[in-house]
Amino acid sequence: MTGHDSPGSGLDPAVAFAIAVGLAAVVYLGAVVREHRRGTRTWPSHRTVLFVAGVGVIIGTLVGPLARLSHTDFAAHMWSHLLVGMLAPLLLVLSAPVTLALRSLHVVPARRLSRLLASPVPRFLSHPIPAAGLSVGSLWVLYATPLSALMIGNEYLHYLLLAHFFAAGYLFTASMVGVDPAPHRPGFRLRLGVLVIAVAAHSTLAKHVAMHPPQGIPAASAEAGAQVMYYVGDLLEFALIVVFFAQWYVAARPRPDARRHPESPVSEAAAPPAPRNRG
Amino acid sequence: MTSAVDTARPAPVLRDKSFWSTFLIGVAVIAGIDEIVFHQLLGWHHLYDLSTPEVGLVSDGLLHAAELIAIVAGFFLFADARRRGSFSPIAAWAGFFVGGGLFQLWDGTINHKLLRLHQVRYDVDLLPYDLAWNAAGFTLLASGAVLTVIAARRRRASHSG
Repeated sequence: MTGHDSPGSGLDPAVAFAIAVGLAAVVYLGAVVREHRRGTRTWPSHRTVLFVAGVGVIIGTLVGPLARLSHTDFAAHMWSHLLVGMLAPLLLVLSAPVTLALRSLHVVPARRLSRLLASPVPRFLSHPIPAAGLSVGSLWVLYATPLSALMIGNEYLHYLLLAHFFAAGYLFTASMVGVDPAPHRPGFRLRLGVLVIAVAAHSTLAKHVAMHPPQGIPAASAEAGAQVMYYVGDLLEFALIVVFFAQWYVAARPRPDARRHPESPVSEAAAPPAPRNRG
Repeated sequence: MTSAVDTARPAPVLRDKSFWSTFLIGVAVIAGIDEIVFHQLLGWHHLYDLSTPEVGLVSDGLLHAAELIAIVAGFFLFADARRRGSFSPIAAWAGFFVGGGLFQLWDGTINHKLLRLHQVRYDVDLLPYDLAWNAAGFTLLASGAVLTVIAARRRRASHSG
């Protein structure tokens, strides 16, 4: 609300973040090109498209008209949160960056990366329950407490929180529909239950914001923001749910020889969608 | 039928994917009609009214999440039943009506009356609206129940015959 004009001196934090994210895209594309040059296995092109789209979404919220508006307008602010916290994570999770990294890194760093990912803290955080708690819980803390007024006024806090929401959104999306290797992915039912609760908490919060405008935000703009949160949030959750069940549909496809394998799950509903791009 | 014992008996309709896939679709379709026609087009109901207690908001949020997931889950289960060749149209219609009817009744009794989330319409005598709402739900449910019985009978007949 301060209409903070960044002076010409120094690098704008938004631009710095945008450059860093752009570099990530360069690294990803470089790894894909190397995979193709090696020629043993090719990297599916839809994953590359998803990664570039995800990076584009993040950059769009950091620089440009939406970024400018979101400092003053609560609805625009909500748009950038939804794009960074929900859409970008969905696109990036499905682009399987960890799989690509494990393939293109040398053996030693690749082992280090997979050991790091299997260590207790990442394993805990990528479990659906903590991941959903982190993602939805921090939204509640932000919008149901005076913190939101602080953020609208403070540019640096705004970017810090965007980074936090991206990370939390990524963890949650990966715990639901991740295609990267996850040795201890919980079953379908648990993930479905967490998904129901997370979607419910999101739409409940949207109504809560409409009824109790966050501090420093006029009732009319709180309602406009709440509507964005409710309807756009719905649309993005719908996309996540479609991916979730599409993965189930692929994992539960009938196999003619299924009865000969005693280790195959009794009920296909309990089978987790298997990562399809291993190998 | 000389197959193994476990396949000699027909699977009950209520354990059929055809039934449950359309059950979910029925719930979501009736809920969607409620949300689109009455909340948004007619503007009879509101997202919340000011008397809505917080518990009502939470229940509404859960309901909304369940609907969103039910429609997607229903369609994928439907596709799954079809690709397995176990699809039964009557069981599917039965599921659709039972799901839709149960939802309509639940909305008309628990949501509107018990939780007082919102009413069918405001500033009017509510009784005819409430009666129509719940009668519609009961009709859907009763049709679903009849279809379920027919589906179960056909299944038994085709197995013993």
